[in-house]
Amino acid sequence: MATCEVIAARATQLLGDAIVSTNEHRGEITFEVDASRVKMVCESFRDNPSLQCEELIDLCGVDYSTYGQEDPSVPQPAMRYAVVYHLLSVGHNHRVRLKAFIGDDAPVIDSVVDVWASANWFEREAFDLFGIVFAGHPDLRRILTDYGFIGHPFRKDFPLIGNVEMRYDPEKGRVVYQPVTIDARTLVPRVIREEGFGDRNS
Amino acid sequence: MTEIRNYTMNFGPQHPAAHGVLRLVMEMDGEVIERLDPHIGLLHRGTEKLAEHKPFNQSIGYMDRLDYVSMMCNEHGYVRAIEKLLGIEPPERAQYIRVMFDEITRILNHLLWLGTHGLDLGAMTMFLYCFREREDLMDCYEAVSGARMHATYYRPGGVYRDLPNQMPQYEPTKIHGKKDVARMNEVRQGSLLDFIWDFTERFPGCVDDYETLLTDNRIWKQRTVGIGVVTPERALQLGFSGVMLRGSGIEWDLRKKQPYAAYDRMDFDIPVGVGGDCYDRYLVRIEEMRQSNRIIRQCVRWLKQNPGPVMAENRKISPPSRAEMKGDMESLIHHFKLFTEGYCVPEGEAYAAVEAPKGEFGCYVISDGANKPYRLKIRAPGFAHLASIHEMCRGHMLADVVAVIGTQDIVFGEIDR
Repeated sequence: MATCEVIAARATQLLGDAIVSTNEHRGEITFEVDASRVKMVCESFRDNPSLQCEELIDLCGVDYSTYGQEDPSVPQPAMRYAVVYHLLSVGHNHRVRLKAFIGDDAPVIDSVVDVWASANWFEREAFDLFGIVFAGHPDLRRILTDYGFIGHPFRKDFPLIGNVEMRYDPEKGRVVYQPVTIDARTLVPRVIREEGFGDRNS
Repeated sequence: MTEIRNYTMNFGPQHPAAHGVLRLVMEMDGEVIERLDPHIGLLHRGTEKLAEHKPFNQSIGYMDRLDYVSMMCNEHGYVRAIEKLLGIEPPERAQYIRVMFDEITRILNHLLWLGTHGLDLGAMTMFLYCFREREDLMDCYEAVSGARMHATYYRPGGVYRDLPNQMPQYEPTKIHGKKDVARMNEVRQGSLLDFIWDFTERFPGCVDDYETLLTDNRIWKQRTVGIGVVTPERALQLGFSGVMLRGSGIEWDLRKKQPYAAYDRMDFDIPVGVGGDCYDRYLVRIEEMRQSNRIIRQCVRWLKQNPGPVMAENRKISPPSRAEMKGDMESLIHHFKLFTEGYCVPEGEAYAAVEAPKGEFGCYVISDGANKPYRLKIRAPGFAHLASIHEMCRGHMLADVVAVIGTQDIVFGEIDR
């Protein structure tokens, strides 16, 4: 099992400025990669014998638009969306996380289905839930939401209770959609406590 | 000559062999599958979004309901991600309890899998046998948490409470008289650990029984050998994990390769398949049950000799006891704070994976320093497995689709989340 420093050194040497930054925390290594070259980076991570990430374990979208909103001292990412790739090397027994930030309106990033077949459904999911378009994906359909669903539910501006609800209409004799009739409520507010509040070591 | 054309057929979502709410749109040439298009999401509850709106601890219960046949393993993945962010380590006894219940859960899951997979392929008896043993294991869940399935037993910093010293007893009813009840309560006279020990004594014999019914059964082999073959290369490409990967001959088990909790102190083997077909995966799962049994026995032995705390002594994460709370002002404040606001988790991100019975169950948590996760992504093993169903079924008969669904061990709670 190679240490994080070794992996970081190999990757930066191999990929140069396609890697924007490297971050190692809690024994996990995160590479922030240039979104426009993400496919090339992924191919290198898969094919380079010293990295050899044969498996794409997970791919997910993140919407950073309300990140650290409660506390101005928390640094906020410059771009709204990110696609996070979790790679696993079965041969070398290490994990790598890649993160590609993409911009505000109409987020588009290259698909990595050609690199790992498992990306297929993960990308469909990220498209469905965040509206991130994966260019080059063979079959970019919605996957988890209902047929004919409008909106991207995991975006931070999508309400938790949703926009529409479903009920059976006896007059029409079928199920109909209507605007939600319940009110959103927050039982526990979201708070960020200052440094040292309730110090866990005290 | 009559004209031959492809049929498009709909399978599910309300079909007993679909193991939940799977809808398959199948394009068929006669009885041969040409194309399979799974439609999922019928059980989508938005667990990840719900978790973003709740304090960390309040989402543990959601984890049980993801893969609702391997409840505690899911909890383990989630609490481990939080523990990683907080930088806390549960006490050793809690680690052993977790390992023991992870393995109990593995047996629970594999028993349900074996029962339903058998039922799907025509072995009715398996279902009855497997559910008999599952009952005992669910009693363990109940004894420790009060719930037979959705336990919410693991907490960041340890487990909710220590193992009970006595088992709940049966009471006479209209159906069961005193004599019956006395017989049923016979194994329940001691502590939970005694009950589990007794189970592990019996269980290998039960697995032998299952094997006599299936392993050399001609019909069983006809239905599983050579069905749904996956090569090791494709298995990696398709993001497989757990039994699906091991069945294809890749020796990969997180419990060995990236040990967590107390697995590095356990003695067990990883069974590996050869051909990558349904039959190999069946053999791997059967052997896994035996290995789990071995691990449970090691845990019981250790736990009997080593009493100790099961929760980190950290009042900012774990609640004080009732007695403390009644007498001490500070404990009362801690209790109130923990159950209203929860605790704040340092800013950062963490991915923690466990070897769930179905494969790698991972939780990716992003925290911005608040008392709720900023983003929680659940990596469900079944999601990657089901994505490959088209590849595994192409060219097979319609009846083999059922075998492949069974061998993938699909549960919709985790796929749809």
